[in-house]
Amino acid sequence: MLKALTKKETYIRYLKSLKFSLYCMTHPLDGFWDLTHEKRGTYAAANTILIITLITRILKLRFTSFLFIQVYWEDINIFLYLASILFPLALWVVGNWGLTTLFDGKGRLGQVYMATCYGMAPYPIIQIPLMIVSNFVTIEEGQFYSVLSMISLIYCALLIVAAMGQIHDYSFGKNILFTIASLFAMLIMVFILMIFFSMVSQGVAYFVSLARELMFRI
Amino acid sequence: MKNKLLRFGLMAASALTVALAFPMTAQAGETNYTYVYDYWEDVQECPDTYTVSRTLTYKDLGLEQNFKNPESLYVSGNKLYVVDTGNNRIVVLERKSADEFTVVDEFNSIKGSDINELNSPSDIAIGDDGSIYIADRGNARIVKTDSELNYLMEFTKPVDPAIQSDMIFTPDKIVCDTAGRIYCSATGINKGLVKYEADGTFSGFVGATPVAYNITDYLWKKFASQEQRAQMESFVPTEYDNVFMDKEGFIYACAGGQKEEDLDAETVQAIRKLNMLGSDILVRNGDYPVYGDLYWSGGGGITGPSYFKDVTVFDNDIFVCLDQNRGRLFGYDDQGRLIYAFGGNGNMDGYFRKPVSIEHMDYDLFVLDQLDCAITMFIPTEFGSLIYQAMDQFDHGLYDEAQESWEKVKALNGNYSQAYIGIGRSLLRKEEYKDAMEYFELKYDDENYSRAFAQYRKEWVKHNIGWIIAVILALFLIPLGIGKVKQIKHEIDTADIFRI
Repeated sequence: MLKALTKKETYIRYLKSLKFSLYCMTHPLDGFWDLTHEKRGTYAAANTILIITLITRILKLRFTSFLFIQVYWEDINIFLYLASILFPLALWVVGNWGLTTLFDGKGRLGQVYMATCYGMAPYPIIQIPLMIVSNFVTIEEGQFYSVLSMISLIYCALLIVAAMGQIHDYSFGKNILFTIASLFAMLIMVFILMIFFSMVSQGVAYFVSLARELMFRI
Repeated sequence: MKNKLLRFGLMAASALTVALAFPMTAQAGETNYTYVYDYWEDVQECPDTYTVSRTLTYKDLGLEQNFKNPESLYVSGNKLYVVDTGNNRIVVLERKSADEFTVVDEFNSIKGSDINELNSPSDIAIGDDGSIYIADRGNARIVKTDSELNYLMEFTKPVDPAIQSDMIFTPDKIVCDTAGRIYCSATGINKGLVKYEADGTFSGFVGATPVAYNITDYLWKKFASQEQRAQMESFVPTEYDNVFMDKEGFIYACAGGQKEEDLDAETVQAIRKLNMLGSDILVRNGDYPVYGDLYWSGGGGITGPSYFKDVTVFDNDIFVCLDQNRGRLFGYDDQGRLIYAFGGNGNMDGYFRKPVSIEHMDYDLFVLDQLDCAITMFIPTEFGSLIYQAMDQFDHGLYDEAQESWEKVKALNGNYSQAYIGIGRSLLRKEEYKDAMEYFELKYDDENYSRAFAQYRKEWVKHNIGWIIAVILALFLIPLGIGKVKQIKHEIDTADIFRI
């Protein structure tokens, strides 16, 4: 495994797969088919895109002009802020895979993850230049900011939906149906997680109070 | 070590200069708990802008009879009129010096009318020519007299189809403009202010508050039966609580009793500035609406939004609103941004039980408390005067001086947003855009920042136009050149004559 890191081919393949995300952006159907079926994507590239997306999201807070984003630093928790991407991502990947694997989906769990990460590529590609340009405009000229920002998110969403259709080899209608179903699956998982955590905390509280009571008596 | 000593020396020196430059007026211990809201709507404690100079009761003034449910104050020149509704009288005080008030007149009747005795007068106004207008509520009239209280004319119940004929006219608050026109708010009339021409004819209603309703209530009403509908609240405009005419003849009217959800949705305004046509022209450029406190949770059993009972307007368009709910005073500048809030309910000096009226002489404030039967006089502190001074200087175009005053304000309160914005605006006028931008950015003033930035960018482009063109040309020419060189190289490499 580590030996592969010393080989030059590994890096060439990594860079090539990273560059392939650009092809996926402009040719989503063709690109995402090749991503898994022709094995042109790598996990390394997917992780890189995810990390760049996370970094962009943090950099945005600091380096966007205050005209567009006002940050109340006292309330910012960087980990929670990152979790706002990572947690839905995890839910989406698990929810989508869990459903599609029961209904003839060709994609495996890792492939769902990889395709979703590739689908997030437009976010840093649009947001980073936007962040820089935002410092050179006035508020009147700033209309484009919210529009482009919105476009980057919609672009990502469309890419991810298209990617799911391709890696699972679904028709258009089936793809839309399972996208919506996955969103519901995410909701259900959140619900179950909340119940789980509240039950665990109550269970712990029960034993803690039991122990307190015992210590008090003895 | 030397460095440390030097630093200490510097600190001591700067502390000394600050102490010398701004001698604190003695007021240790007593405070009105002044605050403002910052950009994030967090409460920021603030040095006091006003301090209680004295409280005037009937004893202090040498009156024989205590006030009884007084309802209104009015200031004309250095005279302060107290409308003592419960005793059917009006007391006229004259301000001899900063702290000294003497009763110059006290009357409960006029001369030469059919009914001479005043009956629960509710307000008074003085015309430009010295004629006196009294809202004589119990007699259902507004009476006009000359300065010697000789009856001239009266304004009675308006004849209008919108007003039921059996309704008793109860004028509450009046103002008169320079032409002798009267604007009156009356109980039970919610069409706006009643406007009379100088000759006494009723000429219509002015400035009704827009009716606020929410869509769910509206839908319910659509489906409700006649009986159910009668039980529901009807959508009617609120009546004005008080009116004030500023120097330029605009009427500031406050309608305090607004519902929380309407204030929240900003469908209604607690305070309005009416022009001649009755439309609201108050400038609201603040980060939050002009409705007093932003947080309405119950402290001390008081809930709900601020209830603006009265308003007074300084000559430079700063207006101070009186909140009857929490006994607080809210000062707003001409842009509708909060500059201070202070006061509270209680029995101490500077606190109120039921404040009903506010007036001003210059920058001194007078607040009439109906239950305490006392007039509290506030005078600006060092900090308050500096704020006013800075604003006045800015209005008069003295930008250097205004900046200096704002710097002093900032030195007294480093959390005061308006000081930073004030410095920024002065710098902007002095065309020091880069510095102005820094000050605006600190306090998130995006509009002023953009204004400064647009100018800064223009200057920057002007200075660096050569470089900009050079870079753009380079961006085009270098790849072009490289392409050309490569092409020639390629042609040479593949040319037949060099092939051996």
